[in-house]
Amino acid sequence: MRPARPVSAAIAAAAALTAVTGCTEKSSAQEGDHVVHVTATDDKCEVSKKEFPAGHVELAVENKGSKVTEVYVLFPDDRVVTERENIGPGTKQRVTAEVKAGDYQIACKPGMKGDGIRQTVKATGGRTIQRDPRLDKAVAAYRAYAQAQADETLPKAETFAQAVKDGDLEAAKKAYAPSRIGWERTEPVAESFGDIDPKVDVREDGLEAGQDPATDWTGWHRLEKALWQDKKIGDREKELADRLISDLKDWQNRVGKAEITPTSMANGAKELLDEVATGKVTGEEERYSHTDLVDFKANVEGAQKSYELLRPVAQENDKALTTELDRQFAALNTLLDKYRPDTTSYDFTSYDKVGKADRKELSDAVNALAEPLSKLAAAVVK
Amino acid sequence: MTDTSNDNHTPSPSRRSLLGWGGAGLALGAAAAGGAVAMARTDEDGGPDAGTAIAFHGSHQAGITTPVQDRLHFAAFDVTTDDRAEFVQLLKDWTRAARRMTAGQPVGKGGYGGLPEAPPDDTGEALDLKPSRLTLTIGFGPSLFGKFGLAERRPAALVDLPKFAGDNLDENRSGGDLCVQACADDPQVAVHAIRNLARIGFGKVVIRWSQLGFGKTSSTTPEAQTPRNLMGFKDGTRNIAGTETDRLKKFVWVDEKDGPAWMTNGSYLVARRIRMHIETWDRTSLQEQEDIFGRDKGEGAPVGKAKERDEPFLKAMKPDAHVRLAHPDANHGATILRRGYSFTDGTDGLGRLDAGLFFLAYQRDVRKGFIPIQRNLATDALNEYIQHVGSALFAIPPGVRDKDDWWGRTLFSEEA
Repeated sequence: MRPARPVSAAIAAAAALTAVTGCTEKSSAQEGDHVVHVTATDDKCEVSKKEFPAGHVELAVENKGSKVTEVYVLFPDDRVVTERENIGPGTKQRVTAEVKAGDYQIACKPGMKGDGIRQTVKATGGRTIQRDPRLDKAVAAYRAYAQAQADETLPKAETFAQAVKDGDLEAAKKAYAPSRIGWERTEPVAESFGDIDPKVDVREDGLEAGQDPATDWTGWHRLEKALWQDKKIGDREKELADRLISDLKDWQNRVGKAEITPTSMANGAKELLDEVATGKVTGEEERYSHTDLVDFKANVEGAQKSYELLRPVAQENDKALTTELDRQFAALNTLLDKYRPDTTSYDFTSYDKVGKADRKELSDAVNALAEPLSKLAAAVVK
Repeated sequence: MTDTSNDNHTPSPSRRSLLGWGGAGLALGAAAAGGAVAMARTDEDGGPDAGTAIAFHGSHQAGITTPVQDRLHFAAFDVTTDDRAEFVQLLKDWTRAARRMTAGQPVGKGGYGGLPEAPPDDTGEALDLKPSRLTLTIGFGPSLFGKFGLAERRPAALVDLPKFAGDNLDENRSGGDLCVQACADDPQVAVHAIRNLARIGFGKVVIRWSQLGFGKTSSTTPEAQTPRNLMGFKDGTRNIAGTETDRLKKFVWVDEKDGPAWMTNGSYLVARRIRMHIETWDRTSLQEQEDIFGRDKGEGAPVGKAKERDEPFLKAMKPDAHVRLAHPDANHGATILRRGYSFTDGTDGLGRLDAGLFFLAYQRDVRKGFIPIQRNLATDALNEYIQHVGSALFAIPPGVRDKDDWWGRTLFSEEA
C-alpha cells in the first residue's frame, strides 16, 4: 500500500477540479437535454426520449443483447446522419451528431444486418446551430464540387469500361487511373454512402468474411488485377465493367444529397490524407497497376479543395495553423511534382519505381501536412 | 502553435495532474498549493518509487545521473525545416511538453474533454499512469551544425566518430540531427513521451530511427543490485554513481574551460546499437564465457577475487578479456558513465533473435572517453559474439534552468 496522499496533493486536487468545472460549465448545464439513451437488445431498440433540442445530440448506446449491433441516426429518406458499427454485447458506446430541427429515425441493427429496429424521433427547433454564413457557403461550394467530380468521372469511367468491353487491354490500362481521379478527390463523401464504396473501390483483402472473391469482388481493383496481373479480359470482366458504371451512376445520383458540415469537410480533408498515409504511401492501394501516385495526387487535391473553402474562417481563428497548412500543402505538391514530367498531366511515376528512401520522404511530407490538418475542424468551429 | 496553454494550469480533468507532486520544483504543485511540499518517497523495498516525478529543471539535464529507470525509448530525429525561428519554436514547444510529461501531466489541454470533432492534444495512453520517474534528455548531433548557420558553434569534442574495427553500421540506425532519450519505469510512459514529441514535431523534424530498451544494463546507484545484460553477466559494476560529484565533474560534465560556452554543464552521449549473437553465446562453455568477460558469472567477481566489487587484478585476466581491455587502468584512466539497455527487436529473418545491448555512454569528451576505450577493445574476445550495427554521437546541452528556459537556449541564443 502507498502512503496516504499528503495535504498538498489534496489542495492541488481541489484546485484542478475548480479549473475543470470552469472549463466545461457551458456544456454540462445542458447535459440532460441533448443525451438520448438508447438501449439495444436483439429485438428492441428503446430510446429514453423521442424529442430533443436540435443541435448537438449524443446517443448513449448500451447493447444489452447477445449480438453485435450498430446504431444509426437517419433522415426520413434513409440518408445517414451518423452511425456507429460494432457495438458488442454488453458494451456501451457514445455516438454524437449535429442535427437540425426535423424528424429522424434511430435504428438499431442487431447482427448488423437488415433495416434495423426503428424509432421515430424529433429534433425541435428552439436551439438551432448558429453558423457563420461563410461556412454555409463553403458547404454549398463543396457540395457542388463533389457533384462536379462525379459528373466528370462518369465519361472517364465509361471510356475505361468500354475499353474493357472491347477487350482492348492496353486502352483499358491507360484509362484505368484517370477514371478514378474524381472518386479519389471526394472519397469521404462517397464513403458516406456506405453501400457504394464496397462495390466500386474494395480491394481483395477488404472483402468480408464469407465473401467469395470469384463472385463478390467487384469494382475498379478487381479489374485492375485482371488487366495487370492476369493480363486478360474475359466475360466476367466485361460484366464487371458494366456493373462499375451502374454503381458509379448511383453515386452520381446520390452525391448531391450527402450530409456535409463544416467539420465533416475539415475532417474529410484529413481523412483523405489518412487514405494516402495508409494505402498509397505503402503501395497497397494500386498493387497491380502501381498507379498509386495518381490516387495520391487526387486525394491531396480533394483535401486542398476542402481546406481552401474553409480557409477564410480558419484563418481568422488560427492564423498560425493556416500559415502552416499553406506551407505544407505547397511542400507536398512540390514533392509530388517530382514524380511527373509535366505538371498539367496525371502521368505519374509508377510506384514500384519509387525507392524506399523516396517513399519515406513522401510519408514524412504526408505526416507534416496531416498532423496540422487534423486541427482544422477545431479552427473552423472555434 | 500546438501547445499554448499555461504550464501552470491543467484545464482538463486529469488524474495525472494530481500525481505530479513527487519532486521539487513541479509547476502544478507550486501553482495550485502556493508552494508544494517537496517529497522524495521510497517504496518499502527501499528503491525509488515508480510514482515519483523527477525534477525537470536543473543545471544538468535529468536522465544522465538519475538512477537508471527500467525502460527506454530513444529516438533520433532529422530536421526537415530550414527555418531557424521555426526550429527554435519547436524546441520551446518540446520543452513545454517535456516539462508537463515528466511531471506526470498530459500534453497541452489533455487527452479528452475537448472538442469532439478534433483530435485531443495528448495521445492519451499515459493518462492515469504515474509519472514513473520519466526523464527526457535532448541532444544535438554533428549534422545539426551544418544547418541554421551553426557551423561555428559546433564543439570540437563533437567529432565524427572514426570507424572502429568490426563496425557494421546500418545508416538507417545511425546518426541524426538530434535525439531524445526517454527513460521511465513504465514503458508506456516512455513511449508516450516520444510519440507526443514526434507528433508536435511533424513538419519540422522526422524520426530517423528509434530504439526501445528494457532491463537496464548499467546502474548509477551502486547500492542497488547490478543489473545483467543479455549475456547473463552483471554490467556496470564500476560505473560512475550519480552521487560521485567529483568523478562526474571529472569525467561526465563539460567544464566551462572545455568550451564552447554553450556546452557548460552539458555532456556528450555515444549511442551504439550492439547486436549480440546470443545463440552462439549460449552454446559457449561457462569457462569460456567467464574468460571472455574476466569475471565470474554468478557473483560477478573479477578473476581471482571473491566479491563483485573487489578490485580487479587485470593481469590475472586473459589478455583479450573484456574487462581487462575496457578498464580505466588499461585506458589511461578513461572513464565513461554508462546507461545502456537491453533490446530485442523480433527476429532477423534467419531464425535468430535480433537482440543485444543498446549502449549509451555519457562523458565530458569522447576523444578522451569512448574513442580510446573502443579502440582498445579491437582485440576484445567478446567481439566474436557482438557486432556494432548502429552508432550516433550527440552533444547534450545543459539543463533547463526554470520555467522560462528551454532546451537548447544556450546554443540558439546569441548571448550565450
